[in-house]
Amino acid sequence: MTDAFISLRGITKAFGAFKAVDDVNLDIARGEFFSLLGPSGCGKTTLLRMIAGFETPTEGDVVIDGVSMSAVPPHRRPTNMVFQSYAIFPHLDVAQNVAYGLRRDKLDKAEVAGRVGEALAMVKLSGYESRRSNELSGGQRQRVALARALIKRPKVLLLDEPLGALDRKLREEMQLELRTLQRSVGITFVFVTHDQEEALTMSDRVAVMSQGKPIQVASPRDLYERPNSVEVADFIGKMNFLPCRRLNGSGEAGEVEADGLGRVPVVNGAECPDVATLVVAVRPEKLSLHADEPAGALKIRCRMQNTAYLGDRSHYVVSVDGLERALAVSAQNADPEAARQLAGGASLWLSWAPDALIALPAER
Amino acid sequence: MSGIGREKNRPLAVYAVLYLAFLYVPVLFLPVFSFNDSIYISFPLKGFTTQWYASMIGNEPLLAALGNSIRVALATAFISTLLGIFAAKAVTRYKMPGSRPVIGAIMLPLVVPEIILGTALLIVIMQAGGTLSLLTVTLGHVLLCVPFAMAVLMSRFEGFDRSMEEASADLGENAWWTFWRVTVPMAMPGITASFLLCFTISFDEFIMAFFLGSTDPTLPVYMWNQLRFPQRLPGVLALGSCILLISFFVIALAEYLRRRSSFNDETAKVTID
Ligand SMILES: Nc1ncnc2c1ncn2[C@@H]1O[C@H](COP(=O)(O)OP(=O)(O)OP(=O)(O)O)[C@@H](O)[C@H]1O
Ligand SMILES: [Mg+2]
Repeated sequence: MTDAFISLRGITKAFGAFKAVDDVNLDIARGEFFSLLGPSGCGKTTLLRMIAGFETPTEGDVVIDGVSMSAVPPHRRPTNMVFQSYAIFPHLDVAQNVAYGLRRDKLDKAEVAGRVGEALAMVKLSGYESRRSNELSGGQRQRVALARALIKRPKVLLLDEPLGALDRKLREEMQLELRTLQRSVGITFVFVTHDQEEALTMSDRVAVMSQGKPIQVASPRDLYERPNSVEVADFIGKMNFLPCRRLNGSGEAGEVEADGLGRVPVVNGAECPDVATLVVAVRPEKLSLHADEPAGALKIRCRMQNTAYLGDRSHYVVSVDGLERALAVSAQNADPEAARQLAGGASLWLSWAPDALIALPAER
Repeated sequence: MSGIGREKNRPLAVYAVLYLAFLYVPVLFLPVFSFNDSIYISFPLKGFTTQWYASMIGNEPLLAALGNSIRVALATAFISTLLGIFAAKAVTRYKMPGSRPVIGAIMLPLVVPEIILGTALLIVIMQAGGTLSLLTVTLGHVLLCVPFAMAVLMSRFEGFDRSMEEASADLGENAWWTFWRVTVPMAMPGITASFLLCFTISFDEFIMAFFLGSTDPTLPVYMWNQLRFPQRLPGVLALGSCILLISFFVIALAEYLRRRSSFNDETAKVTID
């Protein structure tokens, strides 16, 4: 990317012999909503804290807007952070919390009040000025932390699992609000989460991290549709994996001999998985079940093993001759009668589109 | 069930009552005899009088001693708490090599007999060519009080959420302003407790004040001097009663402040989770 706004160059952070962040190179564009996604302990917080300046990289450099941050202390960086615990000052009320960062701007009282009112309105907390942190709900505290950071008009806003402490409903509401807010203020967001759904719904791009390294950096759609490794495919959503052998083809398309499915066309997920052993990956919703034989060439007979009814959709587990592991299939319950018929049927057909199967290097 | 429990606890209850009596009855003699119309401390009581209290009001040396004590105690409380804040902050915040021995050295005055400390300080001051004054008394008291201040403040700083200070830095404040705008206000209950504790320790301290003081006595030293004159004993009792009453209120205030703040912290913690 040419117009990199935040540029992480060979960042490593070692705690003793253990590398929490391992040689990370990332470019984040101006105004981008960028997420760091990964399981617990993969180094997301450590990476974020190095951007904020609370940790010093063992190696490498953080460059923001063309300026190297290596000699810039946290209080001089053009970044602001929303902490996982929110860190609302308990000895100050909401208005004082939000105005905290304005002292050095030497504004007069009316200007400060104006800016605070603006910031609180932005996060829909007008009227809460004189509340204390212990008189606020988790969601309200999260908004105070957000207003307190945004009032500084930072170039970059860093958010460390800001929605982790909220219940599901509020969480989904805040996801939407944060996204809308980010669009309207145009600030670059770096967002840490271990919730893949959250990362997918909110971000322009996501870096999936594992053991201190980003293993794939892509748009949510590409991450989901074209994972570049078994690890990413497994972490993002649900995926069936089938053992297979390469027959021919390289680059975008190819053909493999997959257990149970026979000779099938595949899309190459990784750049060029030209390795001896491959797996075929397929999403449950890319497989469709039929009671009668469907048209088209990509189909196979299967038997129903298990069904789970989830209201809007159903999950099925089907077995295919020659395939050791059963396949997960999911389908919308648009037609409840058809769903009932499928669930009751013992012998069924499975079909899929030509680009549904992805070939990945089998590294597990 | 409860009857059995009560039965079992009877020896313990008797012990408790005896213990409390042993602790407080002598103290109660102080106010009782301070209103007794006689210079002899013996039963039966003669008559009721407030003359010993009245005599305090015009007693110049007593008032001077009281003034000295208050000044020394205020200075001690201020300096000890300030030193305690820096020391407690340093050892709880930064993981320095050798911080344990340093803490041990600071805490040492807690276990070294005061008379040894007093003698040692006296020798040092004499060797250095210093003159004894209220200043040297304050110095001795600070030495005694810093461990207490540090113990109180360390427990406060240990329960501190590091991200509060990071949030302040993140919002553009350097270490100095962060210290004054976040650390100190959040540690305020501990600071108040430390101040009051150091004040009371200094106010009734005798050995250091006696060893390191000059002819300008603090209140405890003044009282000790008075004991040599039997006819002044009731006056000392009246003074003691006053100190008792004031100490009680100071400690009650400290405890009240401590509880109120810890109550606030509790609710804050509960709602954060
Ligand atoms: N100060 C430290 N000293 C030693 N190890 C540390 C330190 N901070 C973090 N680590 C280690 O670095 C690794 C990454 O930690 P980090 O907090 O970045 O993980 P994370 O991805 O944010 O995880 P989570 O989702 O649980 O918050 C962890 O294994 C952690 O134990
Ligand atoms: Mg984390």
